[in-house]
Amino acid sequence: MTDGSQVGVIFWFLSFVILISGFMVVSLKNIFYCALFLVLCLFSVAGIFILLEAEFLAAAQVLIYVGAVAILMIFAIMLTTDMASKEITQTNENVTVGVFVSVIFAISTILLIDKTSVWRYQDHDFSEGVTVTLGKLLMTKFMLPFELVSVLLLAAMIGAIVLARKERS
Amino acid sequence: MEFAFPEYNLRLMAPEIFLFLWALLIIAYDVLTKRKSETTAGYLALAGLMITGLILGFTGTGHGFGNMFVSDTAAKFFKIIFLGSAFMAIGSSFGIMREKIVNHRGEFYGLILFSTVGMMFLSSSNELLSLYIGLELTTIPLFVLAAFFKDDKLSVEAGIKYFIVGAFSSALLLYGISFLYGLSGTTDLVQMKINIAITHLTFQNIGVILILAIVLVVAGIGFKLSLPPFHQWVPDVYQGSPTPVAAFLSVGSKAAGLIAFAKIFVNGLFAFHHPDMAPNDWGRLVALLAVAAMILGNTVAIRQTNIKRMLGYSSIAQVGYIMIGIVAMNALGMAAMGFYIFAYMFANMGAFAAVAIVEDKTGSCEISTYSGLARTSPLLSATFAVFLLSLAGIPPLAGFMAKFYIFAAGIQAAQHDPGLYWMYWLVGIALLTTVFAIYYYANIIKQMYFAKEPSPHKVTYNFPALTVLLIGLAGLFVFGIYPEPVLHFASGIASSFGIIP
Repeated sequence: MTDGSQVGVIFWFLSFVILISGFMVVSLKNIFYCALFLVLCLFSVAGIFILLEAEFLAAAQVLIYVGAVAILMIFAIMLTTDMASKEITQTNENVTVGVFVSVIFAISTILLIDKTSVWRYQDHDFSEGVTVTLGKLLMTKFMLPFELVSVLLLAAMIGAIVLARKERS
Repeated sequence: MEFAFPEYNLRLMAPEIFLFLWALLIIAYDVLTKRKSETTAGYLALAGLMITGLILGFTGTGHGFGNMFVSDTAAKFFKIIFLGSAFMAIGSSFGIMREKIVNHRGEFYGLILFSTVGMMFLSSSNELLSLYIGLELTTIPLFVLAAFFKDDKLSVEAGIKYFIVGAFSSALLLYGISFLYGLSGTTDLVQMKINIAITHLTFQNIGVILILAIVLVVAGIGFKLSLPPFHQWVPDVYQGSPTPVAAFLSVGSKAAGLIAFAKIFVNGLFAFHHPDMAPNDWGRLVALLAVAAMILGNTVAIRQTNIKRMLGYSSIAQVGYIMIGIVAMNALGMAAMGFYIFAYMFANMGAFAAVAIVEDKTGSCEISTYSGLARTSPLLSATFAVFLLSLAGIPPLAGFMAKFYIFAAGIQAAQHDPGLYWMYWLVGIALLTTVFAIYYYANIIKQMYFAKEPSPHKVTYNFPALTVLLIGLAGLFVFGIYPEPVLHFASGIASSFGIIP
């Protein structure tokens, strides 16, 4: 771990990038730029994970969210006719209420987390490294949810095929 | 750090594994026979559910996968409800299957069974991670099922609405779960109960952070349960999705949300149900939402002209009544909650089956279609009237006994604990809103029986749909007059959640 002040600078920089790019995702009128800013936002979140010494999460974040989800979105936009050049408004008549609720929620969440000192995350032993521990846990204690995810993915895949397939008449 | 492989006890999971394989078999069968089978896929699905029910009857109790999977009375009771509602939903789907679902019959039934498997895993989960994945496995097939009529605008709208709301609510739930994990350092519900209590005692007060977790989890599951203010998707989704899917959403998916809610709150946050624990008292928060559900559901339902929308608002109100059992937090409340959802399954699945039969004939779900139906289709009108009367809570039907036990549980909680005196108000409001409910349920019966002109339609029954009607009818009468066996079974739910009678 580097010394505290450097970590602080990196953290604030990454947070700034996340906030700005996140705001761009929900406010820009061109959906293609939105997708690109989403990639930037997700990359910065991966950076935060590295700062927290969660290397596996950072790698998974980049591989899954940037590598698969966001790129798939960009492909979908490019393959849809006229989508990449279209101007779309992202707001409707509920924007005031939405912003109000989100801001209240964000402020109260930050205040509540800031005032809390009873977290119990330090109870865990990561002496073997995060990835090794995580892998062992997934194969022993958390085997049931791990296997269930494969059933979930199968169901989602079948559903996606049903919805996307062109019907024979 | 030592890692031990847990004891799997796969035999406890036999019903889930069987049903999952059976769903694959149905999809494979439909594809291999080049989708020529008209009704075989549907009958296969019904047979699979029945066999699963039999296997469930022979499955013992105990723990599997360490402490991840638990087979206790609560899990078994709710699994019966999931299997029953899936059975009745599939039974009422034979009409639409002939005409609308020509190319994807296997997937339609396969996805319903996948969703049922998810519900069953959810009701057996003993910790937050598998509970969450079970809930996802429940809802993801339902997104697809809601949008199953791809050339019907309303159905596609229903699918997209349900998808967005479902994804959003899952995110809220997951965020809440992450706070619960942060406060307790464990995902195991029983361990969480102990750890949070220890933290609370060590620090004198756990602080207001827990209320954030409680609000997020209530919101996340509230969407699935359609508790106001998280109910807006219900009428549109029920109206647009295929009628059997709407029926399954209204009973199966709600029962799944209910058991998830009970597991997290009644079991995991057991200690924080009392005004002394303010502001972390979840009891009054949920009571407030239940009041909103009963008032809003019952009053808005009066104005509806579409029967599926009306049943949607009615289901919002019914969840309000069920929540009284959870808020009461006593042994009777848990048993009453189980009995209520059991009676609700027969009445609501039956009502939706009747709607499906009429829709197959007329192609319409407007309430005006039902005008004068009693003279041309007496059997359908009579059974539909019984289902509606049971939903309204008229004796001697099971719906009356269910409401009776729920209100008794609420009053018992208020008498037992002076801090819970507001339970009297809750029960009072519930009684008052029941009167509104009778009005709109009776309105349909009036349309069917007292219209001047006889209906131009005469419904035709297919065998499975008729069976569903008769199962519903028999269930409501038998368990309305003789509720003891079910109530006795349901009273085991309380001890599953660690409530001593």
